[in-house]
Amino acid sequence: MILSAFVAIAPEHKLRVIAPDVGGGFGSKIFVYAEETTTIWAAKRVGRPIKWTADRSEAFLTDAHGRDHATHAEMAFDADGHILGFRVSTKANMGAYLSTFASAVPTYLYATLLNGQYKMPCIYAEVMAGFTNTTPVDAYRGAGRPEATYVVERMMERAARDMNMDPTELRMKNFISPDAYPYETPVIMTYDSGDYPLTMNTAKKMIDYDGFQARKAESASRGKLRGIGSAAYIEACGIAPSAAVGSLGAGVGLWESAEVRFNPTGSVTVFTGSHSHGQGHETTFAQLIADKLGVPFDQVEVVHGDTTKVPFGMGTYGSRSLAVGGSAIVKAADKIVEKAKKIAAHLMEASADDIEHSHGVFSIAGTDKQMTIGEIAFAAYVPHNYPEDLEPGLAENAFYDPLNFTFPAGTHIAEVEIDPDTGIVDIVDWAAADDFGNIINPMIVEGQVHGGVAQGIGQALLEGVVYDDTSGQLLTGSYMDYCMPRADDLPSFKVEATNTPCPSNPLGVKGCGEAGAIAAPAALMNAITDALGKEIDMPATPEKVWQAAQSA
Amino acid sequence: MYSFEYERPKGISEAVGAVGEDDKFLAGGQSFLPTLKLRLAQVDKLVDLGSIAELKGITVSGNEVSIGAMTTHATVASSADVKSSIPALAHLAAHIGDAQVRNRGTIGGSIANNDPAADYPSALVALGATVHTNNRTIAAEDFFVDLFETALEEGELITKVTFPIAEKAGYAKFPNPASRFALVGVFVAKTASGVRVAVTGAGPSVFRQGDMEAALDSNFSPDAVKGIKTDASGLNSDIHASAEYRAHLISVMASRAVAAAS
Ligand SMILES: Cc1cc2nc3c(=O)[nH]c(=O)nc-3n(C[C@H](O)[C@H](O)[C@H](O)COP(=O)(O)OP(=O)(O)OC[C@H]3O[C@@H](n4cnc5c(N)ncnc54)[C@H](O)[C@@H]3O)c2cc1C
Repeated sequence: MILSAFVAIAPEHKLRVIAPDVGGGFGSKIFVYAEETTTIWAAKRVGRPIKWTADRSEAFLTDAHGRDHATHAEMAFDADGHILGFRVSTKANMGAYLSTFASAVPTYLYATLLNGQYKMPCIYAEVMAGFTNTTPVDAYRGAGRPEATYVVERMMERAARDMNMDPTELRMKNFISPDAYPYETPVIMTYDSGDYPLTMNTAKKMIDYDGFQARKAESASRGKLRGIGSAAYIEACGIAPSAAVGSLGAGVGLWESAEVRFNPTGSVTVFTGSHSHGQGHETTFAQLIADKLGVPFDQVEVVHGDTTKVPFGMGTYGSRSLAVGGSAIVKAADKIVEKAKKIAAHLMEASADDIEHSHGVFSIAGTDKQMTIGEIAFAAYVPHNYPEDLEPGLAENAFYDPLNFTFPAGTHIAEVEIDPDTGIVDIVDWAAADDFGNIINPMIVEGQVHGGVAQGIGQALLEGVVYDDTSGQLLTGSYMDYCMPRADDLPSFKVEATNTPCPSNPLGVKGCGEAGAIAAPAALMNAITDALGKEIDMPATPEKVWQAAQSA
Repeated sequence: MYSFEYERPKGISEAVGAVGEDDKFLAGGQSFLPTLKLRLAQVDKLVDLGSIAELKGITVSGNEVSIGAMTTHATVASSADVKSSIPALAHLAAHIGDAQVRNRGTIGGSIANNDPAADYPSALVALGATVHTNNRTIAAEDFFVDLFETALEEGELITKVTFPIAEKAGYAKFPNPASRFALVGVFVAKTASGVRVAVTGAGPSVFRQGDMEAALDSNFSPDAVKGIKTDASGLNSDIHASAEYRAHLISVMASRAVAAAS
């Protein structure tokens, strides 16, 4: 923990952190908060346990807020609509104090993604971070990447309108082609794999893009304004190769670690540094082991969230848990297989080189002699007949440092109907076509997309921190005034996957936790722009939309 | 929350007798308990009305619906009697807050509180209801005085509200997106003595919209009120809606209330 390693309140090995179910995170729980440090300091000072709980009002005031940019952007095209260059100047609010990742978010996680899914010969980005008197601003679901996607995709929409082109056609014309990977952008990143035309075409089909004009006419007959808007987003996840972040000034490495421990009876306990707070690691990580080692799913237990039990971890954020934490588990499982082969060879009187492994079954090549991983685990803990030079037991740990970022990408298309009398935006349809690389658990992935889109819709339509102009008081200090998206604010989502496996990690996975929150604000605001025929800023509150509809 | 005494009497007179100068009645607690928790209010004693059977229930007799002060929003919303006699009132109750709030919150607590964004005040004023207390009756229009202010004397207990059954009534609410209270709510009632239009959420307290009443008296149709503007001066303005937007929404909601009236 940054706390003990660098602030020296207590030596690292004397500090135990237990984080059971903490009710979601979305970024806000990554950071070191002053209250946590103070509590530990005070407990040491008085020599007694101290309990501290923040109530909701305090959380509104002191939990880091997300995204506060003012951006000026210019994009140049040739006469055929090919992008020639992109120039972005952003002022980013840091709040009154610098939080853990604050300055990294609008720089390394933002400017590096301004290339979007396109061939952009040159990009110029200038970011000025400033202190203000607001609550600190730091990473929140998507961190930096929603901001980048928002700028790129609203520019594309605007450009298409100005050039009288269909916005999806303009995008299609500029997409990086599926055979161009690895693709190096002008802003550091090397994209791993993708098929952007396919994701866009899939999304268009899902929402019946071609039938939109008829639906618009039908809405108009009822006095409603209908609009459709898309966002082709990209993000950099699987954070991150330690050498890369080190060269950018990070004070830590961004690997993950895991231990896979067979118990004598053949069940498995997986210890992971990737904490699970709603992302379903317990399920996905158990599936990795069940799939690879042939252990029944319910015989796998995933342990996380207690520093005396688990190995080190760098955190669950940046959609990195499966790509980085999952890869560490796979590496540990690989070591298990190697050792199990030696034990199997000894027990079946063969050479380890002749042992083949598939889903927990170890067989001598070309024969019908085989053993299961359960039998081997038992032999490892009751080593009555065992290789002389081998340690007993069957438990391995591994650290994994990623080779590259991963690049989930996709297209979301939103369709809205606006009531010009009230300014209410009704989201009537939503199509999400995402490329997350390989998928381990489709239901969890779909849930992550739903949650992400819900938060992105929240940002575009409902949420917004407001301070009093003169006193600086937080006016949105409770849920009576700060509007969280609720189920009845949302449509049913259509979700599909078009996956190109990620070449840079053993699982071929890219990450899915933030995608929805990255795609949704731009897609929704583009749909609103289409309906109104003019641009407004987020959040598109009923009054703002009504004002715009009056003069539309 | 500061500490306080707690009493739960069984009858109206005990309740009235139990409540002293720095004490308060407790109904559903949906408004008052949060106020106590945030230390925005302090009491010596809470007199809980929850055990007083006579304060609960709905009866219909002749041309009148009577609702006990401790009747919850959920009870009003699902009452077959209310649904058949004044459907708009059941509709209004069904759209207060969320299910938890409706299961605890009461009509007496809501009107005693007189939150400017509460729904019930518009129904009481439009329908020409009467508020009954332990010692008198008060016409709805005299009951709601100003922002969080009513005609109740200190220690006076609301026992029930009686609503004359209207020929037709409708309610349309534009909810505050965050709290779901009424940003603007308009209750329209066609009564024996003419059409009454009451607006909540838009001003410091519920008020009648006379121009709309006159227009509807001669033509009870949605289009009759659509073009009638309300003066924005004096209306509420906050981070959710400006006074001008609220003024505009009054016309839209009034027109929708007329369309919904049955
Ligand atoms: C999340 C949330 C959403 C809400 N949304 C809405 C909404 O959309 N629309 C809406 O109208 N309201 C809404 N409310 C308010 C809700 O309707 C409350 O129930 C109501 O305002 C207060 O009723 P109560 O029974 O809870 O009263 P309490 O909170 O118990 O009491 C409120 C006040 O009334 C006094 N009082 C109570 N009963 C009597 C009585 N019989 N005689 C004299 N004084 C009395 C109390 O002393 C206290 O001062 C919401 C509340 C919450 C928490």
